[in-house]
Amino acid sequence: MKKVFKKVVSLGLLGTLTVASLAGCGTKNTGSTGSDGSDASGTGDGTFLIGGLGPLTGQAASYGISVKQGAEVAIQEINDAGGVKVGDQTLKLKLEFEDDEADADTVTAAYNTLMDKGIQALLGTVTSGAGLALADQTYADGILQITPSGSAKELTKNPNAFRLCFTDPLQGETMADYVINTLGLKKVAIVYNNADDYSTGVADAFESKIKELGGEVVAKEAFVTDAVDFNTQLTTIKGTDAQIIFAPVYYQDAAYITTQASELGMTLPFVGSDGWDGVLDKVVDKKVLEGAVFLSPFFAADPDTAVQAFVTKYKEKYNTSPDQFAADGYDTVYVIKAALEKAGKTDSADLIEAMTHIEVKGLTGTVTFDTNGEPNKGAKFIEIKNGEYTAKTVQ
Amino acid sequence: MESIIEQFINGLRSGSIYALIALGYTMVYGIAKMINFAHGDIIMVGAYVLYVSITDLKMPVIPAVLFTIIVCAILGIVIEKVAYKPLRKAPPLAVLITAIGVSYLLQSVALLIFTANPITFKSIINLDTIKIGGITIPGITIVTLVVTSVCMIALTLFINKTKAGSAMRAVSEDKAAAQLMGINVNRTISLTFAIGSALAAVAGIMFICQFQSIKPTLGALPGIKAFVAAVLGGIGSVPGAMLGGILLGVIESLSKAYLSTELSDAIVFGVLVIVLLVKPSGLLGKNRIEKV
Repeated sequence: MKKVFKKVVSLGLLGTLTVASLAGCGTKNTGSTGSDGSDASGTGDGTFLIGGLGPLTGQAASYGISVKQGAEVAIQEINDAGGVKVGDQTLKLKLEFEDDEADADTVTAAYNTLMDKGIQALLGTVTSGAGLALADQTYADGILQITPSGSAKELTKNPNAFRLCFTDPLQGETMADYVINTLGLKKVAIVYNNADDYSTGVADAFESKIKELGGEVVAKEAFVTDAVDFNTQLTTIKGTDAQIIFAPVYYQDAAYITTQASELGMTLPFVGSDGWDGVLDKVVDKKVLEGAVFLSPFFAADPDTAVQAFVTKYKEKYNTSPDQFAADGYDTVYVIKAALEKAGKTDSADLIEAMTHIEVKGLTGTVTFDTNGEPNKGAKFIEIKNGEYTAKTVQ
Repeated sequence: MESIIEQFINGLRSGSIYALIALGYTMVYGIAKMINFAHGDIIMVGAYVLYVSITDLKMPVIPAVLFTIIVCAILGIVIEKVAYKPLRKAPPLAVLITAIGVSYLLQSVALLIFTANPITFKSIINLDTIKIGGITIPGITIVTLVVTSVCMIALTLFINKTKAGSAMRAVSEDKAAAQLMGINVNRTISLTFAIGSALAAVAGIMFICQFQSIKPTLGALPGIKAFVAAVLGGIGSVPGAMLGGILLGVIESLSKAYLSTELSDAIVFGVLVIVLLVKPSGLLGKNRIEKV
């Protein structure tokens, strides 16, 4: 009897393991084919082929999938409207998207696959790490590369590379400017994750800009990834004369920080970075977030008609609400379209030349590019009011 | 000054949770001479059981809490019977690896059922923040301190004043001799696992009422910290685990507040290294002379 029991248990365990390992494999390879699966080579047959690179599997998969889906919405929209007028011909756009698993090794193979398919411009990479590994190769190939969402500074070091999203330092500077010049506050406290590039990048830029504008950082408190207890850091801040707390963190951390601050009886206002998007779903009591302001390039509840049209189309097609990555993907396609129209040719050299002369009104704001490949665009401030995200206009 | 007191209270709070978990490590080590690395994950199971019984089964708070504690106690017994008992005569390394395996199994099962997304959970303890002079103490902190003190006092009384407690002490001193005296060793070991897991369940409940969010890996970090606390206090010693846990929490909190947030873990583990260098058996551990 005992033996039988043991066998049953071990079989059960074996079964669980097998299922778990199969589940691990099952997600591989999905979506690594192009958007509509055909094998057109792109050149000379009335289409312009855009290559996409981003993680479709693995930890960062949601970012890549969003960018891909956002880009597909834009491409369908453009093609339905007749295509892009380039010089004297009209081209249809087409997207080939490869999975780079947000991995510095995989990305090279994925990029080579795209080049073999004859892509004429590169939309990617979605993540910074993969992009850094690829930067010199795309430069050697001379292809126009636009990263929709990679925020690492080095991504745009080569003249063929451009960026659509904010850099981390720019976010920090924008928020510092908001705190000092708009709110008129001088003494700030910072809570940031010192094990995370994004958080430290934003926090450092914020700190130096605050000092530059005549403010004072009275407390700069660090934590590490996966921390849940912020009581010590918050108690320290409570003991200072800080007037506002800046937390450049992801939404889950923001939920812990604001909830615990409220438990400690703190009433200081919070400002955050774009990682805060989604924080409302992570707190039990939405009151702890009341009045918090953060930056976001995209806001799905924005009453703007273009945004609403995009949200409707995206929901119809994918049955889910678009996030900022989807909007980044969408805007990147329109940037490529604008560059094509401006250049009147499809050669990468001409497109790269045209990039600094275009202005695109996108979902994430009106954007122009400087010669360093960086975007100039206004920030969208979002304020949490009555438990809802609301757009905030800042002069 | 107020700030120091508040930081000290923060430290006491997290320290008392560490102590509660450390008790489980230390009791099991005392009796079974093994480190039960799955202990931290019992906290996680406790958190999910409470979540399910309140959100899905719509149980009232007190039955839900009791239910959680009972489920965890039974889980502790089952783990011991299935995973550790067959290995009682195996080399310590085999038991250690099995314990790590059980830990991963529990985490993976939670991952399969609840996915990796953190679940938001509304605290079942709603006590308002209390202000004494310039000091603010969150309600949850007071409840945590009271509950953990009660648990520790009850456990001390149980071990020292009851028959089952004497049996536990006897088994931890000498298993064979205890058996000769008519003590049911298997039942005593089961009881130890049950009590340790029940304490972990209480820690789990306190933990999610504090942080209001549950994920499959939530037990890992407090589990490791509590293990360190148990070693610091002297593994195998019940008062040692309490002292170690509270010391760890207070050192952590004060070093975060006044020395450096970045280095707080390094400071905590540095203290452990120094204590072990000076007194290898831990603060309250007994020096055992090994006969060769």
